[in-house]
Amino acid sequence: MINKIVGSFDEAIADMVDGSTLLVGGFAGAGECPSYLIGAVARKGVKDLTFVGNVGGWGPNLMEVVRERMAVILTIPEDFYDPGMLVGRGQVKKGIVTYPAAPGRFFTPMEWGIMQGEIELELMGQGTLCERIRAGKGGIAAFYTPVGVGTVVAEGKEVREFNGRKYLLEHALRGDFSLIRAHKADRYGNLVYWGTMRTFNPVMAGASTVTVAEVDEVVELGELDPECVVTPGVYVDRVVVRPKEPKPWEEAM
Amino acid sequence: MPGERLDEQVMALRAAKEFQDGMIINLGVGIPTYCSNFVPPEREVLFHSENGVIGFGPIIDDPDVADNRMINAGGQPISKKPGMALMDHAESFCIIRGGHVDITVLGSLQVSEKGDLANYMIPGKQVGNLGGGQDLAFCSKKVIALMIHTTKEGGPKIVKECTEPITAPECVDQIITDIAVIEVTPEGLVLREVAPGWTAEEVQALTEARLIVPPDLQEMTLL
Repeated sequence: MINKIVGSFDEAIADMVDGSTLLVGGFAGAGECPSYLIGAVARKGVKDLTFVGNVGGWGPNLMEVVRERMAVILTIPEDFYDPGMLVGRGQVKKGIVTYPAAPGRFFTPMEWGIMQGEIELELMGQGTLCERIRAGKGGIAAFYTPVGVGTVVAEGKEVREFNGRKYLLEHALRGDFSLIRAHKADRYGNLVYWGTMRTFNPVMAGASTVTVAEVDEVVELGELDPECVVTPGVYVDRVVVRPKEPKPWEEAM
Repeated sequence: MPGERLDEQVMALRAAKEFQDGMIINLGVGIPTYCSNFVPPEREVLFHSENGVIGFGPIIDDPDVADNRMINAGGQPISKKPGMALMDHAESFCIIRGGHVDITVLGSLQVSEKGDLANYMIPGKQVGNLGGGQDLAFCSKKVIALMIHTTKEGGPKIVKECTEPITAPECVDQIITDIAVIEVTPEGLVLREVAPGWTAEEVQALTEARLIVPPDLQEMTLL
């Protein structure tokens, strides 16, 4: 019988080791981020991680500032544990991201790490990052994109002309773990999302040795309309359900 | 004595005049987000946000109604609208990279006379954010830089060569500021419109790059 549902977040990442490359889904907000999986990685304490994702994250201190500033339009839930927590705890040695820095006069944990020389940064735009991941999951070794020619991201990369336009050679990117967030799953690992939760999450599914999905709800086989499944279960190895009520990340779960 | 500078809302209103019926528009963070408030009702345009949504409705300003799982690329909660479509991030960037976005409106720190855009590294910072802006600047059919004409200190932002690191070379088609509308052409920057009360000479005095002043220079009209 195929059953990808696992009982706890800790169990879902139990085989993660120091030096792993993590692909972490979401944009920058609570609604798309695999918060409880991030909490489990923090509890496990694995180090020297390469973090791949859109943002380097706020971390708990800056999160309070963001929470306060956003309060007039959006309530940020108390159980939003973002990638900045892992960076702030010294677990990350390299970031492959599009948005490492905070706007204005603030500094993110990743930004501090880069400035201190403790974290290596590979900066690129979102389109290139997600296409590198898509290539990695889909068996494409590398591809040419017009984006970035003549800028900082082109340093050391092959430039080739097609039909009179210059393109950069970009290589596929794969991870050891993809940690993603979805709305509903069945025991085959089929996933559907909610709203803008599709940011980076579906593209990262299947782009690592192990893909773990953190979901709001598990449903019986057959309940997900096959016309509406976004991520077929073949890409997903483990599924964990989020708690109904917010829980502190420090608690084993 | 030059005229007054336009405020951010009026700048956004001027930029929104460029949106034609049926267009796909992407708005960057900051002043560009206000453009969505100024689309005339007879024009149907679809706003795309690179985190994976197209055709969304107005930004929600009530935290009791807002949903963390329905946001734009600026992190603001958005409302659903009939005809809206959600998509995977890779699909969202196929829309961008494939040239399906008609107009992108971006804030900018500097624009050069060739249309080079510098907007990813805040001066004084050591680490910059490319986000989705680089793909949008490289691949949109038309790129509008919507920005205050000068720095906080009064220095020029429309320059001969960018001194800040560039996001994309030769990508800006039009610069809309609080005092002027400028078109980027192969011959150089052409001053198309000045804000009410401003002369071409007064705009040139605040611009490092040379402005070509055509005989049909207009005063900016907003409606």
